[in-house]
Amino acid sequence: MTAPTHVSTPVAPVIDRAASARIGRLDSVGYLICLGGIVRRELLRFFNQKERFFSALVRPLVWLFIFAAGFRNTLGVSIEPPYQTYVLYEVYVVPGLAVMIQLFNGMQSSLSMVYDREVGSMKVLLTSPYPRWLLLLAKLIAGVAVSVVQAYAFLAVAYFWETDIPPLGYLTALPAFLASGLMLGAIGLFLSSLVRQLENFASVMNFVIFPMFFASSALYPLWRIRESSETLYWICELNPFSHAVQLVRFALYVQFEPVACAVVVGVTLAFFGMAVVAYDPGRGIMARRGGPAGETP
Amino acid sequence: MSAEAALRVEQVGHRFGTRAALDDVSLDVGRGRFAALLGPNGAGKTTLFSVITRLYNNQTGRVSIFGHALDREPSRALARLGVVFQARTLDTDLTVEQNLLYHASLHGIARSAGKERVGVLLDRVGLADRRHDKVRTLSGGQSRRIEIARSLIHRPDLLLLDEPTVGLDLESRADIVAIVRALVREEGLSVLWATHIFEEISPDDDAIVLHRGRIVARGRAGDIGAPGEALADAFRRIVAEPGRVAA
Repeated sequence: MTAPTHVSTPVAPVIDRAASARIGRLDSVGYLICLGGIVRRELLRFFNQKERFFSALVRPLVWLFIFAAGFRNTLGVSIEPPYQTYVLYEVYVVPGLAVMIQLFNGMQSSLSMVYDREVGSMKVLLTSPYPRWLLLLAKLIAGVAVSVVQAYAFLAVAYFWETDIPPLGYLTALPAFLASGLMLGAIGLFLSSLVRQLENFASVMNFVIFPMFFASSALYPLWRIRESSETLYWICELNPFSHAVQLVRFALYVQFEPVACAVVVGVTLAFFGMAVVAYDPGRGIMARRGGPAGETP
Repeated sequence: MSAEAALRVEQVGHRFGTRAALDDVSLDVGRGRFAALLGPNGAGKTTLFSVITRLYNNQTGRVSIFGHALDREPSRALARLGVVFQARTLDTDLTVEQNLLYHASLHGIARSAGKERVGVLLDRVGLADRRHDKVRTLSGGQSRRIEIARSLIHRPDLLLLDEPTVGLDLESRADIVAIVRALVREEGLSVLWATHIFEEISPDDDAIVLHRGRIVARGRAGDIGAPGEALADAFRRIVAEPGRVAA
């Protein structure tokens, strides 16, 4: 039997039932404290990974400075809303690249959920007495906060590249960025429940990020795609990423696109709902996929 | 079984596919008791902990914490429960204080109250001087002590520890055991301690032996074996007997 060798110096009791039964709160203030704490932790982690911030910024800038410049003369874009005149290709591509940052960020958050599950910090999160939807919502909001900061950092650099965005557009785009960030984050959250191991994440890149990005209105207007393939056009039309891009594109030019907005809100609710179900202890992945090594088949 | 057990597990079963990880498991942890959950690797200890912490719903049976049923009142039940998981679950890039405050917020504790708690708990685990250090600079034993502090931040009355001393050197192991035993002795904390290290168990502890998802022996640790038989020998004999089930 082990004799206690370490005895700490006399200190205040750590349970101290006499002082108060509980110090945590389960009311609405407690909800906000919990939400704030999760968002804060994600931001702390984000600022500890500066390379993540810069790599997220470099990717769209490479597209803008090299790809778009190269295609400048080949891919002129004719007049279509929200543009009121002919625009250069790099002007057209800026909103799509900004939302691409959010797409990558959404998947990155999803990756960190899978990582959290592998290292066990997800278990710590889920032992919180607050409802699961609140914990997942907090994760989602934290990811969106990071993605919006990144998108604006990109716009700030792109500003010096003749992007023609009206000053007010930067403000009106904020709710659009929040909505598109929520949608892409919710998709990522749901995907994180499907991916069992970190190694499988490469397939998410191949089967989700690339098709979503390329089969969308981010890089080329959809009428151009329709000229070459009707099927591809409809795939792009049905791709929620196209609608996120269009919502942001219109908002950057101080216009509102109701169909895109409806699609983005609808897809957000659907995927968040599915993520909540997936993380439910009775029905979802934690029960089927989270079994400990040696105790699962 | 007493009416006011800190933890009550009644006829809990859990299957992964066709394999039963837990089969008709019932146990009580009395208030202010140190209960040891013994079992070889793969016995179902971690699955049982996952059910008690509501990572999985119990597929059959019932779990209650201080009378709060986990399926009907999960918030009230979880609010009374502190957990130290087998895997290391601190954020290594964050400081000790940031880790603890994050956990405080998960239990609805505001930052000011949380900071006060962090001070008290770090004193208790003897690491007050490491408050602003990043977790990656701590040793394995120190990280474990921080995890114990973290599990206590919301003043739980029941503490679950899943093989908390695995991978630690002898001195760190003794430290962890001493800290938790002091909490039981001085503050009436109830503890369920999963382990397969017999040196961590005292003869007066309650002991429950889990094997292949079933409870095969239970009672006062000193009484588990035959008279004069060491607990370790009794354990080896019990888990070697095919089909043995506790009465």
